[in-house]
Amino acid sequence: MGKGSRSAVASSPVSLKATPLSSQHHAKFQEGLSVKEPKEKLHWKGFSSSSKNRAMFKTSYDDIMEEPPYFYLITTYLSYIILSFFGHVRDFYGFRWNKKAYAHLMPSNGYAALTSDWDSFWTRNLKMRIEDCFSIPTTLVPGRTINMLERVTKDYCRTFQFTGRLKEAVNLSSYNYLGFAQSTGPCADAAEEVVHAYGLSSCGTRLESGSLDLHTKTEELVAEFMGKESALLVSMGYATNSTTIAGLASKGSLIISDELNHNSLVFGSRLSGAYIRVFKHNDTQDLEAVLRDAISQGQPRTHRPWKNILLIVEGLYSMEGSIVKLPEIIELKKKYKFHLYVDEAHSVGAIGPRGRGVCDYYGVDPKEVDILMGTFTKSFGAAGGYICASKEVVDHLRLVNHSSVYGESMSPIVLQQIYTSMWSIMGRDGTGAGQERLSRLAWNARYLGSNLRKMGFIIYGDRDSPVIPLLLFNPAKIPAFSRECRKRDLAVVVVGFPATSIVASRARFCVSASHTKEDLDFVLRVVSEVGDILGLKMSSRQALEMGMEV
Amino acid sequence: MENPLLSAINQTIISASRAVEAVPGSAIAINYIKNSYQNDPFRVVLELGLAIFAVKYMLSKKYRIDHTHIQLTEKEIDELVAEWNPEPLVQPMSEIQRMELDRTQVIVGHQGPKPKLLSSGKNLLNLASANYLGYNTNEEIKVQTRPDLEQSMTCHEGDTGLSIHGSMIGREKEKAIEILHNYGVGSCGPPGFYGTLDVHINLEKDIARFLGTESSIIYAQGFSTMSSVIAAFSKRGDIIVADDGCNFAVQKGAQISRSNIKWFKHNDMADLERVLQAMQKEISSNKKRPLTRRFIVTEGLFQNYGDMAPLDKIMELKHKYKYRVILDESNSFGVLGKTGRGLTEIYNIPAKDVDMIVGSMANTLSSAGGFCAGPKEVVDHQRLSGQAFVFSASIPAMLAVCASEAINILETGNGSKLLKELHQNAAAFRNVVVSVPQAIEVSSDAGSPILHLRFPKNALEAAGVTSRDEEKFMLQEIVDEVAAKDGVLITRAKYVDAQEMFLPQPSIRVSMSTTHSRKEVEKAAQAIKTAFTKVLSKRK
Repeated sequence: MGKGSRSAVASSPVSLKATPLSSQHHAKFQEGLSVKEPKEKLHWKGFSSSSKNRAMFKTSYDDIMEEPPYFYLITTYLSYIILSFFGHVRDFYGFRWNKKAYAHLMPSNGYAALTSDWDSFWTRNLKMRIEDCFSIPTTLVPGRTINMLERVTKDYCRTFQFTGRLKEAVNLSSYNYLGFAQSTGPCADAAEEVVHAYGLSSCGTRLESGSLDLHTKTEELVAEFMGKESALLVSMGYATNSTTIAGLASKGSLIISDELNHNSLVFGSRLSGAYIRVFKHNDTQDLEAVLRDAISQGQPRTHRPWKNILLIVEGLYSMEGSIVKLPEIIELKKKYKFHLYVDEAHSVGAIGPRGRGVCDYYGVDPKEVDILMGTFTKSFGAAGGYICASKEVVDHLRLVNHSSVYGESMSPIVLQQIYTSMWSIMGRDGTGAGQERLSRLAWNARYLGSNLRKMGFIIYGDRDSPVIPLLLFNPAKIPAFSRECRKRDLAVVVVGFPATSIVASRARFCVSASHTKEDLDFVLRVVSEVGDILGLKMSSRQALEMGMEV
Repeated sequence: MENPLLSAINQTIISASRAVEAVPGSAIAINYIKNSYQNDPFRVVLELGLAIFAVKYMLSKKYRIDHTHIQLTEKEIDELVAEWNPEPLVQPMSEIQRMELDRTQVIVGHQGPKPKLLSSGKNLLNLASANYLGYNTNEEIKVQTRPDLEQSMTCHEGDTGLSIHGSMIGREKEKAIEILHNYGVGSCGPPGFYGTLDVHINLEKDIARFLGTESSIIYAQGFSTMSSVIAAFSKRGDIIVADDGCNFAVQKGAQISRSNIKWFKHNDMADLERVLQAMQKEISSNKKRPLTRRFIVTEGLFQNYGDMAPLDKIMELKHKYKYRVILDESNSFGVLGKTGRGLTEIYNIPAKDVDMIVGSMANTLSSAGGFCAGPKEVVDHQRLSGQAFVFSASIPAMLAVCASEAINILETGNGSKLLKELHQNAAAFRNVVVSVPQAIEVSSDAGSPILHLRFPKNALEAAGVTSRDEEKFMLQEIVDEVAAKDGVLITRAKYVDAQEMFLPQPSIRVSMSTTHSRKEVEKAAQAIKTAFTKVLSKRK
């Protein structure tokens, strides 16, 4: 096949029933966001208001996560009891009569089991049943729409076979907040030039001759963008956290961490050897109580004062859609003298009138935050992450961050993608396309979120969050929601226990600037339909929502 | 007068007891309960007591584990808070740290065989990059005949039913650009959701096929792979026996796993056996303990020393003592062996006999990311428990395709020719530097494209050099001198000194590449040799 096969794919039957999916639309958007939309609509209220107003916009009403009616809670627990009962029965018989399938869970030939059966209990007995909703293979650019490789299973999700067909769906699953995941346009063109000028890799670690001028150039731009003195780039988003924290805290330091912090922060904190305490998610009162207790008591047993305290929070929590209460934390910082580390993996580019993340959103001076960390995987359509801080701190990290010393440095292609997209957000390209993306994302996020709330779904998170979690509760609704949406050409992410608490299974929508209003109306139609089938419109706040303005 | 409240209660009790009576068999049960309390006043007291305790327990304050907690008043806490004076986040830089930072070379433009330095504006002969086979400088890659590649491509089509990049044949660069215009740069999602691209699936198959293992999994960064893999399998209470010459990623993986870690002397098989025997004794002395997972962790080609692990002996011990082997081939993958399949190829041991092979695609393959190859269960487990896999976005499509392409080149014959050149270059370089054992100590094995050059201990003693910092300054002097005088780019091996468990002696790490001619390599080796002797004699 080889050569001819590509054209075969291009003409392969792609199901394009619904109108918003037309690829013409797509191409039109990529030419330069020329989707027609009433201009005044793009500028939502919060934008023009002062920073103070914006902070007040967040009502305490948003903070309370709505509980479902008892019926759903009880049936959820009941479902898990039934599922685990069946799981145990299956395991009981499996260990005795299906030894081949259970071989890796049993000791054999003097070797202990490869993995413990308890660790994988939920995987084997729950996730396996709905495996078709996870790790969905895709192809081509994850933009406004996504192309899934159609697959079928004949053995209850143990193995999958590809049918060779593609299924295009509106993409609410990728972290493509600003729509920079594009295969054409200025970013891709610039990246192509870089492949010619720089090759594919920088061949080495940052400290051992793997530093390119492109690294320096991009670091300068990132620092300027974030309003900090210096920046350090790391080739992987996860590693930006997991390999940096050990350079900031050590034995004798205290790390205070939000209970819902990302795994990379937990991993990094554990490597540092510092003592770790957690506080309730986004609860500044609990945080203050922890701080008072920690500072007054000092280190455990010895009661000696802590060397220093590092508070680690995220800007926007990707599973909850909640935005950190930064102004309150800054107030606490002044009193309790801790150092502040804000992980903006999801918030940079995605919130704030200028796309600079939480500081921009609240109108807080970035200098108030010691360390601003973020990733380029999301809003910038690239890969890797950054640490922004004072020159002194960044210089120190250059020498002790594990990724700079031992890990590969960022590829030139990725660097260029970051540079071009950031340049556009900053409006330096002179087209205003970046600002338009920001406005569109903000509008899209509010439009989708508030309409879903009005429909009566239980939605978590902040009203300005481009991450919109829709609560499903019952475990059986996890696969049902995903399958029904995909059937209707909508790609969504679903998550359940253990990634969330046992009752709070959810679907998560990531809004993008690349979505048009028609796309979102399509999404609302589909989700409403599926919601009716699955009985998801259970919110008691619906009446309240009707009066709210978008 | 009848109390309406009392009558209402009475009515409820009567209707409730009637409802209970309506249940078949309830009379027997009630009778039984009544009787058991009637004849047993002790039981009534005991159960009442238990009920009161339960209520009291539920209502009691949270119990504190920390017994040294001191009760303080709010005012006292306020005072303590005001009094507390934290250390700054980072300490001021030392002289040696400043030097490390200032002397980090920045390259302008293409990272090729002769990159241009920002500091001097000169083009230097690159002996510092891990561009062993010159994949990054794809102009040097001789494009192989199309049919070969097309053949290897057809297996992809069968796998995913697609062949989007089937026609993209040729040099890596062309391919990368074509992919760019189909996939964009970032994947914008973790592999567990929608971040698994067909090119990732293909790359995983390529690696598994190339090594001859059942399957493989790719991570987004080489360094993070090893620590993630170790922690995915080895848990609290499990045993890790590791080589103390292992790189930093291995150390961090062992640390995060919270397992019982034992180190054996670098490449010392007698010491490894001693450790294994000691562990055996410990295990057999405690019969009640369930069987724990046990791992031997070592490196194929040691990043910090450039020597190879004696895999045959390790495999023998593994079978004897029932350990699983995790082999870090980050530096040896694509470099060692006739066709670049790594240490297993040198020892002629099937790769599937090693439980887990971890490697990097950032070195030889000139791409990015890492992988773990092994049996299906090993790989599948990581798809949910390999933390750096689960919680990270997948690698950009272009880089995945570059790695696939690089493997294809290794597989299709041209690879072994390139490897032969690489090994010849390494041998030529080595011959020159080992000729002055009084000034240069080479810890690397013959055949390794990574060469660590150190001052011999006795020479340092004779020169009166005692501190590590001074040794570093001397090595930096060599690096600076060969760059300025001879136009050769080399680098010192860098470590996070404060966090390394077994800090290696400072060294200069030289990486060989096929992009240089034999003459260039020999000339560079001569220059380095002279600089070593010169710097050492200056201190005498």
